[in-house]
Amino acid sequence: MNDTAEIYDQGEYNFAYLDEQTKRMIRRAILKGIAIPGYQVPFASREMPMPYGWGTGGVQVTASILGRDDCLKMIDQGSDDTTNAVSLRGFFEKTAGIRTTYETSEATVIQTRHRIPEKTLTEDQILVFQVPIPEPLRFLEPRETETRKMHALEDYGLMHVKLYEDIAKNGHIATTYAYPVKVNDRYVMDPSPTPKFDNPKIDEMAALQLYGAGREKRIYAIPPYTRVKSLDFEDYPFEVQKFDKPCGLCGAEDVYLDEVILDDRGGRMFVCSDSDFCEERRAAGHAGPMAADPAALQIGGNTQGETA
Amino acid sequence: MSLFQADEPLLQVHNVTRYYGDRVGCADVSFDLWPGEVLAIVGESGSGKTTLLNCLSTRLAPTAGAIEYRMRDGSMRNLYQLSEAERRLLMRTDWGFVHQNAADGLRMNVSAGANVGERLMAVGDRHYGNIRSTADAWLGRVEIDSDRIDDDPRSFSGGMRQRLQIARNLVTRPRLVFMDEPTGGLDVSVQARLLDLLRRLVADLGLSVVIVTHDLAVARLLSHRIMVMRHGNVIEAGLTDQVLDDPREPYSQLLVSSILQV
Repeated sequence: MNDTAEIYDQGEYNFAYLDEQTKRMIRRAILKGIAIPGYQVPFASREMPMPYGWGTGGVQVTASILGRDDCLKMIDQGSDDTTNAVSLRGFFEKTAGIRTTYETSEATVIQTRHRIPEKTLTEDQILVFQVPIPEPLRFLEPRETETRKMHALEDYGLMHVKLYEDIAKNGHIATTYAYPVKVNDRYVMDPSPTPKFDNPKIDEMAALQLYGAGREKRIYAIPPYTRVKSLDFEDYPFEVQKFDKPCGLCGAEDVYLDEVILDDRGGRMFVCSDSDFCEERRAAGHAGPMAADPAALQIGGNTQGETA
Repeated sequence: MSLFQADEPLLQVHNVTRYYGDRVGCADVSFDLWPGEVLAIVGESGSGKTTLLNCLSTRLAPTAGAIEYRMRDGSMRNLYQLSEAERRLLMRTDWGFVHQNAADGLRMNVSAGANVGERLMAVGDRHYGNIRSTADAWLGRVEIDSDRIDDDPRSFSGGMRQRLQIARNLVTRPRLVFMDEPTGGLDVSVQARLLDLLRRLVADLGLSVVIVTHDLAVARLLSHRIMVMRHGNVIEAGLTDQVLDDPREPYSQLLVSSILQV
């Protein structure tokens, strides 16, 4: 526990920033979301001490479900140490005084922006997504009244119009992130801007998934072991991205890779987007083709970078 | 009448009335529409034609009166007692609606093929190849070249947009199509071509059509029966040729005599 965390013990600072009535309201929305998988539950989103787009929805969900014994992991684009992740981790360290970690398996609550960890999640973990635009039909149908009606009546032909356009214009389904899914054979849902590479992980996941959109004031959820199907055509089935090279640092295959530009002469490398997964593999002795490269060392940094 | 095989009407309209506050939109309109029949509603601006059309097509609830439609299973249902889901299904399978302004009836930011295919996908078609070939065939039927299938309707001329809108409506083989001034805003030669096309499609598919127009020539070419509206009331109804050749009401006579002669 740090200094600020002691303040709420003295009753001057509420645990995890939000007041108890707000948490109660958000928990009710979460419960409703779990009861109706994929349904967007409106909630009275609060102003948070960070700008919209930084994960105000995810932060409110996380703040409402955190307990004193929880261990929190914060991911931004797969990485634990980019600005968004560092700031939000710091926020909860300050306001809740809970333990935080970089390690996927150690965390009980994981808040993420864009990625689902490569390591399989378990039943006693909760994954919280930060969602910018919760409505999958929004860019096709701008009217909120109409999209709500479409969800209510399961009128989802329009979603396939978008996929049709993709194939007509690009020869394949070119949507690579925010790829629409159908949850429990009922609601079409936008899995936030996660790459479609992660869509198969959403299906039948053991962990509870909560999605919070702060600006749009919506919460939705996927309970553990729920069927989630990515939309597609019979003759153009859903496919995830494939990478022709393994991770440059740890040599992992079948993981999602980020491209890192090394210099201004065309030098580049592909590394695991999930930084914790990559570090763990390197600690276990795996090495990729570029692991010995001095530039790679510089980027990969010290593998003992963990803080708490 | 030998023209119509079925002995039961497709659409029955009973005393449909729509008020806008104290003002009358349309008052006490009743008629039957038979399978394969084309009914034109004519009258000047503000006569209540479009109000009536919107009431018929469930886009605007009437203040009083009832509208019954014969569903595909043969049962007669009151349109305003259908559930929202049933009504939507009806509108995208058994019905069509052709707007005066094609942009209202089309999705302007997706390709022509997707516009035609939308209804197919809405009723559960999930095979891209089939959807595309059906869309292609329909574009051919409305005289749009195959190589325009991936172009946005924004790049189409007014006449092409209107034809695309018609294809988009007919792809699910509806039985009843509503048209609101389908030739309005098109120049005369394009109008003539569109009318020709419409007449052929209506005959080929055996469509029932309710068409609203202020252009008596359109009514003459397309419709079997005609209703003349004024101040929200139907003042004269009958066979098109009969009403246009020998109008009974003074107002109808005025309308007919106002046609410009070249």
